[in-house]
Amino acid sequence: MPIVKPKPKPAPEVLPGVRHPLEKYLRTERLPHIWCSGCGLGIALSSFLYALEELEIDPDSVAVVSGIGCAGRFAGYVRLDSYHTTHGRAIPFATGLKLAKPDLNVVVFSGDGDLFAIGGNHFIHAARRNVDITVLCVNNFNYGMTGGQVGPTTPIEGRTTTTPYGNFEHPFNLVYLAASAGATYVARWTTLHARRLKESIKEALQHPGFNFIEIISPCPTNFGRRNRLGDALDEMRYYAEKAMIRHGVDPAEAEVVPGKEFIVGKFLEVRKPTYYELYRRKVEELFGRDA
Amino acid sequence: MADKPIAHQPPRVADKRILTGVHFMNGDEAIAEGAIAAGCTFFAAYPITPQSEIAERMARRLPQVGGVFIQMEDELGAMAAVIGAAWGGVKAMTATSGPGFSLMMENIGLAIMTETPCVVVDVQRGAPSTGLPTLVGQGDMMQARWGSHGHYEIVALSPASPQEAFDLTVKAFALAERFRAPVLIMTDEVVGHMYERVEIPGEVPMAPRRKPEAPPGEFPPYQPEEDLVPPMACAGDGYRIHVTGLTHDERGYPAMDPEAHDKLVRRLCEKITRFRDEFTWWEESMTEDAEVLVVSYGISARVALGGVELARERGIKAGLFRLITIWPFPDEILRRLAERVGGIVVVEINLGQIYREVERASGGRIPMRGVFHAGGRIHTPEEVLAGIEEVLRCRS
Repeated sequence: MPIVKPKPKPAPEVLPGVRHPLEKYLRTERLPHIWCSGCGLGIALSSFLYALEELEIDPDSVAVVSGIGCAGRFAGYVRLDSYHTTHGRAIPFATGLKLAKPDLNVVVFSGDGDLFAIGGNHFIHAARRNVDITVLCVNNFNYGMTGGQVGPTTPIEGRTTTTPYGNFEHPFNLVYLAASAGATYVARWTTLHARRLKESIKEALQHPGFNFIEIISPCPTNFGRRNRLGDALDEMRYYAEKAMIRHGVDPAEAEVVPGKEFIVGKFLEVRKPTYYELYRRKVEELFGRDA
Repeated sequence: MADKPIAHQPPRVADKRILTGVHFMNGDEAIAEGAIAAGCTFFAAYPITPQSEIAERMARRLPQVGGVFIQMEDELGAMAAVIGAAWGGVKAMTATSGPGFSLMMENIGLAIMTETPCVVVDVQRGAPSTGLPTLVGQGDMMQARWGSHGHYEIVALSPASPQEAFDLTVKAFALAERFRAPVLIMTDEVVGHMYERVEIPGEVPMAPRRKPEAPPGEFPPYQPEEDLVPPMACAGDGYRIHVTGLTHDERGYPAMDPEAHDKLVRRLCEKITRFRDEFTWWEESMTEDAEVLVVSYGISARVALGGVELARERGIKAGLFRLITIWPFPDEILRRLAERVGGIVVVEINLGQIYREVERASGGRIPMRGVFHAGGRIHTPEEVLAGIEEVLRCRS
């Protein structure tokens, strides 16, 4: 059987001979990506890659795990060990990966529906165990990939394809949920705050424990259009107007309600032993040697 | 004396990977020891009767051998964690019973599609639903074959004793690595809870993982070798590969076209079926001159042997064919045997799942009878004898 060698296709040169600094982290042969124009996933992706670049992390020591949905495609574009798993199961997959190879820096990148509806149980238990992984959740307030259905973060009265008369379910406040479940680093940003988001991802990548960052993002094709939020730029203007940067706020007080100001920033950063640290401690206690 | 609570005492089992020697063990414990002997260092599961002895043994033993036990929040998570651990480079297993097996089906599909070596144990109980949690069943045999979505081939082995539970678990790990696929151990509550002599040998082989020889950048991660199985680059090996449950090409990248899908799914099936002779195991008793062939597996096969012996005492030439490898079904072997006999009796604790396979393999040309029970107890040898006599009557 002939061996088919992958032929990396270089990204277009911006200027002759000039390469994008993040190209080395991308599967450029897979570009252009499938995300809609105006979607915030690209900003989330570049913020993450700039964080890797600035921290000078060995790319061989990073693994990205995604679930299903628009954000689930994240794993497919990064030139890293990357796993596109089943719907909702990115976190337990990442838990197994991390425990089998504790030196890996394991990052879960997925969406609000994947992580908090179908995967909600896994989220709270990984946070409770303080598994040493970083979870980046792009929250666009609906299921974009399947056409814009109601999700666990859709606000009251939000219009989606399955709430044609307006949503009447209470949404999750993701940062409150994460903090209550035991996450040790909790932050929220929007895709307008790309630089702060990048800094926050850098902090999370260096912080041992269950780290959670909510990234509020426009979905101009689905949620934005159905809720008359204008185009992506209008949503960015909305973030500029309504997002209040505050650190150390009680996450219980940080609900996101349409039309009202909302808090972004770092809610929590505490150090407590991770699952693996406690496991190693137990093994040493029992057998007097390293795990 | 009483100042130290018992729960804080360190485990007393020796911290050896292979517990060489003769033991008195139940089937669940034998599966756990077989896994550890085979090199399993990761076990994720959720408690369920009658599997719990496997998890409890693993919780005690894995920390002793440098492995990790984790009790997950559900079986969805357990199966996902096992696949993640396998990509972390270790040998991984989970164990469950019917309801949990149903939850694992989603990610068994992921393991098949991403070609992830792992072992899944189903200690079957009375079902559907919560059914008879503490009592025996064999009703998940077709779920094992077709329970996940889409078309696939799967390797499933069925032990009839604790000793065989140990042996087959070791073999299951070897097959998982050989085919880069999930391998199922389809046991049952009685074998799981039955205590018998289990002899653990001095050495147990640890099947190697097939690693790529090509350097990173020149390694298409889903380019199969001659035997249709691709080598596996795990996380941190420096290959930075993409692994997806989507239909993918040799590069591992999503390929959304029918031809790529057909090619991939056919290869995933053929990599197992083409080499089925490597692992088609069975046991025959008194079949040389048999006029009636009794087909069974797991605990039912042991009762069926009693029925065959009763028949022989009455001058009926009966023989037993005990399936060890259930899936892929040994069609050819049963077809040849069916040509030599005048009737077939299938004994199983369900209402005729493997019966359909035997009927199909034998071409439906000879009389058949099923000795069935929906679950909760094993058969009696007398019931098996009655089945043998009945099939003889419809022959004459």
